[in-house]
Amino acid sequence: MTTDHHQQYIKELYQHADQNLAIIKDSSVAHLIVHDNKVLGSHLIDGLTCNIEELKDGIRAGITIAENKIITKPVQICFGMLPQEGIQKIFMDITIQPKASVAIQAHCVFPFAVNIEHIMQANIHVHEHAVYSYFEKHVHGNKGGIKVLPKAKVVLDPFSRFKTEFELIKGRVGEIKIDYETTCQEKSVMDMLARINGRAEDIIEVRETGHLVGREAKGVLTSKIAVRENARAEIYNKLTASAPYARGHVDCKEIIQDNAQASAIPIVDVRHPKAHITHEAAIGSVDNKQLETLMSRGLSEDESTELIINGLLR
Amino acid sequence: MPLLEIKNLSLSYNDKIIINNLNIEFTQGTIYAIVGPNGAGKSTFSSIIMGLSDYRHIQGDIIFKGKTINDDTVDVRGKKGITMAWQEPARYEGLSIFDFVNAGAPDKDQEKIENTLRLVGLEPKQYMRRAIDKTLSGGERKKLELASILVMKPSLVLLDEPDSGIDIDSLQRIFQAIEILKQQGVTIVLITHSLTVLKQAEYAFLMCCGEIIDQGKVEKIIPYFEKKCLVCPHKNIPDLDHQL
Repeated sequence: MTTDHHQQYIKELYQHADQNLAIIKDSSVAHLIVHDNKVLGSHLIDGLTCNIEELKDGIRAGITIAENKIITKPVQICFGMLPQEGIQKIFMDITIQPKASVAIQAHCVFPFAVNIEHIMQANIHVHEHAVYSYFEKHVHGNKGGIKVLPKAKVVLDPFSRFKTEFELIKGRVGEIKIDYETTCQEKSVMDMLARINGRAEDIIEVRETGHLVGREAKGVLTSKIAVRENARAEIYNKLTASAPYARGHVDCKEIIQDNAQASAIPIVDVRHPKAHITHEAAIGSVDNKQLETLMSRGLSEDESTELIINGLLR
Repeated sequence: MPLLEIKNLSLSYNDKIIINNLNIEFTQGTIYAIVGPNGAGKSTFSSIIMGLSDYRHIQGDIIFKGKTINDDTVDVRGKKGITMAWQEPARYEGLSIFDFVNAGAPDKDQEKIENTLRLVGLEPKQYMRRAIDKTLSGGERKKLELASILVMKPSLVLLDEPDSGIDIDSLQRIFQAIEILKQQGVTIVLITHSLTVLKQAEYAFLMCCGEIIDQGKVEKIIPYFEKKCLVCPHKNIPDLDHQL
């Protein structure tokens, strides 16, 4: 692939992601752009190291944020495939060294997928007093021919903070199976959120697990899912607490319409008398009062439903 | 021609009569009150006029601007200019105040929306991007509902218990908004059992057991409402002597 081809692919990926290309021209912003198994572009900044190996059907990346380094502007990552078919495997080892801080904004772009598998496996270690946030937005096409299989194991050292947000709202989901597991040491804080909008024959499975093993560790697992037509969603959120003053909450909200099916299985497992975990799950159609309030302002039932679902998934 | 005409309106649930043969007319630009004790059928009446899904199996006719609207769904009635504020407004997780108000605004004019929010006491800078979730109090949601009604330029507004769960300052802002709607020629129907709210109206209907047992200028209804209704030991039992 020539440099011209790279530039063209980057342009297309960013167009589909609805992102301004100017952001990757900013020298103060680190970025990594991967198409298929090729690194199309990367830019590192002081304090961020990245070792990348191109594999047969993906890449392996080791990303480290140096101790005490505060990276103020979010690192931009783009993974994608423009062809209709293929496999993209991403293996990531992310280390946030003590007292470092970084946010990553990742766009995963598969606009024409007919038969694509996007597999991601991440090992993340957030060291003491470090802060890491990861926002992943998926942009899919309308054919639904894609399997997304993200898996992450996260270790939070004492006093560290970790926030992750997964968004798949635009285009068809296809099939997605999220499997994240986080272990939280003393006074660390974890916040994991998934927002997914399924339709047609989409299949959604979310498994988020948090283990609050350290004293005063805190964690929240949140899932906001909308399914319509024949889509199916299964949410398994598990939060365990085994240390004094560990605090956690599991929250699952699912809106279903048409012939869609949704289930939520929150598991809270508390093994210390001074720990406390709560959970809340709500599955149902759009609330009638919400709907009729908007309809009384002149919106059609479909417009009202769309507004309510978009609000929930925001 | 009246703006809204109710003819022989009745509604029953499991053989229990909730609304019994109502005949009422509402003219344009007037503030009405429907007063009566809890359970009299006041909120049911407003729900029927709005066409809410559990209140469609009625007998009689609802005529708006000369045409029957019995078969119109809520959104069709909304488009025709009938709207309603609920006693306990809905919460919407994630939906912002701006998006909610903007949804019903015909001209989608941000400046107008901001001015309207300011008018009801919701400072735009502080509130525009906030979600209508559990972080918003009941009083704030009531003011928000009124803002969304003000921007939609309706013809008929049904306000169900506009004073419930709000403080005095908020109530004054709500009364101010009602006055603005009246100046715009909007017909307002206040559903209430509060004397303070009743006094905002020009004309009132006294309702008990799903029937209108008296009507007239507010000055006429107030004494009866004060002396009998507010102290009535028999909740929702019509005073037959008064009817006779």
